[in-house]
Amino acid sequence: MSERIVVDPVTRIEGHLRLEVRLDGGQVAEAWSSATMWRGLETILEGRDPRDAWLFAQRICGVCTTVHALASVRAVEDALGLVPPPNARTLRDLIAAAQAVHDHVVHFYHLHALDWVDVTAALKADPGATARLAQSLSAHPRSTKAVFAGVRDRFAAFVRSGRLGPFTGGYWGHPAYRLPPEADLLALSHYLDALDFQRDYARVHALLGGKNPHPQTYLVGGMAVPIDPASQAAINDDTLQEVRGLLLKGRDFVRQVYLPDLFAIAAAYPEWGRIGRGLGTYLAFGDYSAAPPRTGRPPAGGLFPGGLVRDGDLSRAEPFDPARIAEYVTHSWFAYDKGDAEPLAPWSGETRPAYTGPAPPYEHLDVERKYSWLKSPRYGDLAVEVGPLARIAVGYAAGDGGVRSATDAALTRLHAGRDVLFSTLGRMLARGLETGLLADHALDLLDRLTSAVAAGDLRVHDGSRWDPATWPASARGVGFHEAPRGGLSHWVVIENRRIARYQAVVPSTWNAGPRDAAGRPGAYEAALAGTPVADPRRPLEILRTVHSFDPCMACAAHVLDADGRPVVEVRVQ
Amino acid sequence: MSRSVATPAGRDAGDEAPSPDLMTRLLAAGVDRRAFLRYCAALTATLAMPPRFAPRVAEALTAVDRPALVWLEFQDCAGDTESFLRARDPSVAQLVLDLLSVDYHETIMAAAGTQAEAARDATLARGGHLVVVEGSVPLGAGGGYCTVGGRSAEQILKAAAAKAAAVVNVGTCSAYGGLPAADPNPTQAVPVEEVISGVPVLNLPGCPVNADNLTATLAHYLTFGALPPADDLGRPLFAYGERIHDNCPRRGHFDAGEFALEWGDEGHRKGWCLYRLGCKGPSTFHNCPIQQWNGGTNWPIGAGHGCVGCTEPGFWDDLSPFYDRLPHVTAGGLDATAEQIGLAVAGASAAIFAAHGAGKVVQHRLARRREHAAATQDGDAHE
Ligand code: SF4
Ligand code: SF4
Repeated sequence: MSERIVVDPVTRIEGHLRLEVRLDGGQVAEAWSSATMWRGLETILEGRDPRDAWLFAQRICGVCTTVHALASVRAVEDALGLVPPPNARTLRDLIAAAQAVHDHVVHFYHLHALDWVDVTAALKADPGATARLAQSLSAHPRSTKAVFAGVRDRFAAFVRSGRLGPFTGGYWGHPAYRLPPEADLLALSHYLDALDFQRDYARVHALLGGKNPHPQTYLVGGMAVPIDPASQAAINDDTLQEVRGLLLKGRDFVRQVYLPDLFAIAAAYPEWGRIGRGLGTYLAFGDYSAAPPRTGRPPAGGLFPGGLVRDGDLSRAEPFDPARIAEYVTHSWFAYDKGDAEPLAPWSGETRPAYTGPAPPYEHLDVERKYSWLKSPRYGDLAVEVGPLARIAVGYAAGDGGVRSATDAALTRLHAGRDVLFSTLGRMLARGLETGLLADHALDLLDRLTSAVAAGDLRVHDGSRWDPATWPASARGVGFHEAPRGGLSHWVVIENRRIARYQAVVPSTWNAGPRDAAGRPGAYEAALAGTPVADPRRPLEILRTVHSFDPCMACAAHVLDADGRPVVEVRVQ
Repeated sequence: MSRSVATPAGRDAGDEAPSPDLMTRLLAAGVDRRAFLRYCAALTATLAMPPRFAPRVAEALTAVDRPALVWLEFQDCAGDTESFLRARDPSVAQLVLDLLSVDYHETIMAAAGTQAEAARDATLARGGHLVVVEGSVPLGAGGGYCTVGGRSAEQILKAAAAKAAAVVNVGTCSAYGGLPAADPNPTQAVPVEEVISGVPVLNLPGCPVNADNLTATLAHYLTFGALPPADDLGRPLFAYGERIHDNCPRRGHFDAGEFALEWGDEGHRKGWCLYRLGCKGPSTFHNCPIQQWNGGTNWPIGAGHGCVGCTEPGFWDDLSPFYDRLPHVTAGGLDATAEQIGLAVAGASAAIFAAHGAGKVVQHRLARRREHAAATQDGDAHE
């Protein structure tokens, strides 16, 4: 018996995602992932001053805020042949690392935990037993009976009010929830702690970027936040100290709260190490390198190496080649000039929005035809997964020492083999592992900045190409970044000092995109296939797998060249 | 557009059990009465009300019975949601658990799909709720540019507003169209007020909204049962009544003619005025310099980058290119000159100058960016 279900809205994500799913024999047989919102940002960018682009592009996403600003300034600098001074590059990486730590903590507690934690069951927990459990997991100072009793009583009062607010209508009592009540109470308590943590940790961005969300100190050519130990109006020793304090708190929270909770959940749900494998082929661009950028490609030798891992084969990582990226629109609400059968590379990409979906209100999308505002990016015609798991898999295959030791230690702790990485659980683990690496790396970056300042290097900006009069008549560039949700690239063509063409190929497009011309599914669609669903009216398991990607849809839905002008074919490298 | 007061929302909990009062809940949460009163005093200050109002705020907040709130996201980036998550006083946990019943918010709610929509529809059917909107509403493609649960943004918004007590637009997108509505507005994105009528609406523009201004607005509503007084652009005066330029700590340098001329130069490092690097503070109304961000940690001008005017309607078009100087300014010197800076930028900002009694408005709309290209090539803006 086959049955069609729809999950829309998929909640606890950024943006608007709809899943249509065909169930067969108690599991997902086929899934279709649809982004149901489109803004046309790249069209809006056309004709603007390229130095402004990052401010617009940053608003692609307010959750992974900053990542598009970074990719954007990198793209324009690549086009103009600018290399920002080392301090500016360090500041950018520091802001990015803090963003990733922040984002992953919020994802774990506020967007994903409720798929594993039955908060209503927390009311049955014994605070003393919860404290003992917490103390067995880590040395977090707030793991006391009094704290857990306080949370339980506060939550009990909340439930007694009969108005559950954001907890209304959760799949509470679903048989797939399997944590003991102590663990539920522990997680609920840390859900609340993490709200405070993320609010405080965002101050790193306020100190270095003026505000969060949407920090405002990027510049083409560097950063707009001056450094001067002798000034109160610049990054000085006080600022560096304050940032250090926040980064240390962040590292402690990750080590003492996030990772122990992650391992506790992973240990309780071992079967999810065999569910949600999906494509099994992973792409990372690589990032967090102290080296200057190379024309048309990411800098070499970063915290995360770039590369491709095929079919879960961790013995080998192929080098990343930007020229192999191309996008299909066969099942997307766009039309290509020469028909929708062939993909186009980002440089020669074209998009005319062409909504052919049903008129709202509608019940179902026509998944045989076009069904999403996302394109389908492919790498060398392969459907690939990007994100934390891709970074960990590529780093592991490339023999990166930091990635390998963190991964091996985690798998040993869970008594699991490397196969477990390629799953719903593996995605959660990989996210946790890289959070640990990035929380440490942020402190290294701060050390690097501090020593440079101590050595008298105050430069934050290369102004040699600030004046558009110094620019060539036409130029093109690409900027890469390993954003929290995966490899991100912005591609810009500049003509007569204005943006002639702009395109963002973003992580959630790689992962959430629809099928391509050959009918090959995207990463969400592939990962959902085979996911068990015990109760079709309460498809908790579907949320577990799709949330393991940390969907971010505003980020994913984009377009360029809405007027569908003829486009010059341009090759990278 | 009526800006009259709204009736208190959600006081009628129907046949549900009454919730324990706020003070009981706060005490259970470990917040003592003294801390609560301190918080109310700070809130009163944010609202630009005299300190004597603090006890009234405290009393009202203690008695209030968690009105229902429905948070809708349309053409947004979730930046305003993230800003909400950074709320300090009251923290988001206090807001969600103690002060409001956030019955629908796609980014944080546990339920998905059918169950999520059921939670929302139950609240909408009761009525008297607050609606918070993030993101613009696209009218193009028959509504196909933004659907949730198969319904268009326009359909959802109209249904949500029908029996609402008030609508609060967070961020410039829902307030004025914002980024999706920037030229050439590919999806025919419009602000919320072009779609609904007959319900009080307040705009909290900003990209994103500052969480302090959102929580103060909610507190005002809970205390007085009404939205705070607003200007002609629907922005509450407590947060948008004053110009950035007039409260800017760099203003002394502006008046003294001390400007940062290049990024990272001595003036930039010393905190001199950013006007010549494109600051739009002289044409922007917001309490940014006073309230600042992330619990008063910093703000863009404080960090070293000019203001981009994100609380002004149409700022993406009217105030860009962002590194060009505001036009018609002889830099340095007198307050009269500074006033002209503000008046020189008209666009949609014009109305606000009138509203603030700034006198005669000089109509000078910045050239559209494509025509503007030629002018900037003269290099004037980047000396
Ligand atoms: S106003 Fe700004 S922060 Fe808010 S949704 Fe729009 S782009 Fe995002
Ligand atoms: S121009 Fe900008 S930086 Fe200068 S005083 Fe005015 S608001 Fe402050």
